[in-house]
Amino acid sequence: MLEIKGLKTEVVTEQGNFTLIDDVNLSLAAGEVMGLVGESGSGKSVTGLSIMGLLDKPVQVTSGQILFKGRDLRSTSQKELRSIRGNRIAMIFQDPMSTLNPVLRVDTQMMEVVHAHESVSKRIARERARDALGMVGIPSPEERLSAYPHQFSGGMRQRVAIAIALLMSPDLIIADEPTTALDVTIQAQILSIVQKLAREKGTALIWVTHDLSVVAGLAEKLSVMYAGRIVEQGSTADLLRRPLHPYTNGLIASLPAHNQRGARLKQISGTTPSVVNMPKGCAFRPRCSSATEICLNPPTPEPVEGRLLRCFHPVMEGAPS
Amino acid sequence: MSNRLEVRNVSKRFSRKSGVVERGAELMGLKAPNPVVRALDDVSLAVSKGEVVGIVGESGCGKSTLGRVVAGLLQASDGTVLFRDKRLQDMPGEEAETARLKVQMIFQDPSSSLNPRQRVREIIGAAPLHHGLTTARELDDYVSQQMARSGLDPSMASRFPHQFSGGQRQRISIARALAVQPDMLICDESVAALDVSIQAQILNLFLDLREQLDLTYIFISHDLSVVEHISDRVVVMYLGRVVEEATVEELFSHPNHPYTRALLQERPSLDPVQRRFSAIEGEIPSPLSPPSGCHFHPRCPLATARCRVMRPELRSVGSRHKSACHLND
Repeated sequence: MLEIKGLKTEVVTEQGNFTLIDDVNLSLAAGEVMGLVGESGSGKSVTGLSIMGLLDKPVQVTSGQILFKGRDLRSTSQKELRSIRGNRIAMIFQDPMSTLNPVLRVDTQMMEVVHAHESVSKRIARERARDALGMVGIPSPEERLSAYPHQFSGGMRQRVAIAIALLMSPDLIIADEPTTALDVTIQAQILSIVQKLAREKGTALIWVTHDLSVVAGLAEKLSVMYAGRIVEQGSTADLLRRPLHPYTNGLIASLPAHNQRGARLKQISGTTPSVVNMPKGCAFRPRCSSATEICLNPPTPEPVEGRLLRCFHPVMEGAPS
Repeated sequence: MSNRLEVRNVSKRFSRKSGVVERGAELMGLKAPNPVVRALDDVSLAVSKGEVVGIVGESGCGKSTLGRVVAGLLQASDGTVLFRDKRLQDMPGEEAETARLKVQMIFQDPSSSLNPRQRVREIIGAAPLHHGLTTARELDDYVSQQMARSGLDPSMASRFPHQFSGGQRQRISIARALAVQPDMLICDESVAALDVSIQAQILNLFLDLREQLDLTYIFISHDLSVVEHISDRVVVMYLGRVVEEATVEELFSHPNHPYTRALLQERPSLDPVQRRFSAIEGEIPSPLSPPSGCHFHPRCPLATARCRVMRPELRSVGSRHKSACHLND
């Protein structure tokens, strides 16, 4: 379904290029759910936007391939890309209030999407909009169609945004932190809808998040990003049970749930490097306790225990329970 | 028992004040009075010295309002707030000022709670200088001490907040709060905006400071695992009311209230076993028109007719464990 090879996105300026993401490789089959996990500035959102072709100058994809059903989206014309976006590939953003137009009724916005991709009658477009709202669990969808976004609560608004993404039954949905702004009980509702959809309709899903525990129960595969590169990639179960990269390991070990109540948390010292001042070699080197001289060279992704790992010193013991 | 702080039957209502014309219209019955939000509805809480009390709940449950009332940033509509068993109003001016100084608040977003045009030295030094905790001559040393204690490099005192990372900025807010030598900190979602690896650093700082300075905390958060980690006692709120209160061990091992149980169940966990997300139905009702009786009854799978009409009292259900649910009868 989706295959990304060697994707590199940079900020192109007269003073030179700054790399946001580099050598990102992903593959996703129909119905598969992948979690893309990273902290702020790790490049996880840029990866999503690069796939969608939603980057603005001076940020551009400078090399690599984005193969969607065998077709390279990078060499596709803008016109063709528009017929794919919102139709075969849809995106859900963190803040539904900035996704939805506040001065248009929900039905207007939803029918607009249908009409952009298909010439159908207004009645059919409206019916589809209603069905999509029903699918995401909005009660009495017929009446809610003529409401404005501000008349919905935060969780309901995010459901509307998901319903819009579902309108054309896309093959791939990229969800960028869609539940981060929601409450725990509402988040659980959204996750249960999404999980059902992926299973029943075979929609592939990339779930971008900073929160490992959100994707733990949702995704089959995980890719962990740090400073613009995927540092560890593999099945969710393996990766959480036994993280091999010192960063993934540190991240999991620092979660309160993995520490004794009231004890000091195992912390990763230091902060994420800035794009304008990347450390030489492995970007995690300055924060890594097992770093040696070899880490001054950039590590390449190597297959280790059934996953891809970008590290010279995989964590061999002391894995969290 | 010596309570550092006690809140007795506090309510806080918010509404828009009517203008003259509107008031006339209301008197003549032409207009309904402005709606009132009951952000806090008869809440009581006692915090003893050295204790860490966690307050959890979803948006609109009143946890932040409670924090602000306790910190003295908001005036309660009803009820009393006692500092060391004394009401602020009963204290002479100077004593009241000191009492309020002893309770400091740390907010969620350091970039909006720090003045972007002030240097760190001014941000941290202004309050202690004003309150006479240091002199202008010793200010630099005093600020350096505060910065070092919060894990900041004192040589960065003449920088502006934007020159720091998110985690460091939160350290600046902590240093500012500690600069007036409080004995109680109210942390309102203080780690929510931080990355996971930074969150651990700040939580550790809170734990260290607690030991060094013998601090008392009220820790407000929507994140159950953070609250579980840091608190001695946990208060669960729903739509302006306390629904359950217990020691941390008791609450997480024997949750009593159906809402607490639902929250714990839906807490995302790192257990990689593919699980089905089952959700409690419905949404958080608007605090403008909360449901009658028990606020949770429309979403509660166990609700009975009685829950719809009668407000459940917060009652003891075990040692140091209180819950507000009719099912305990």
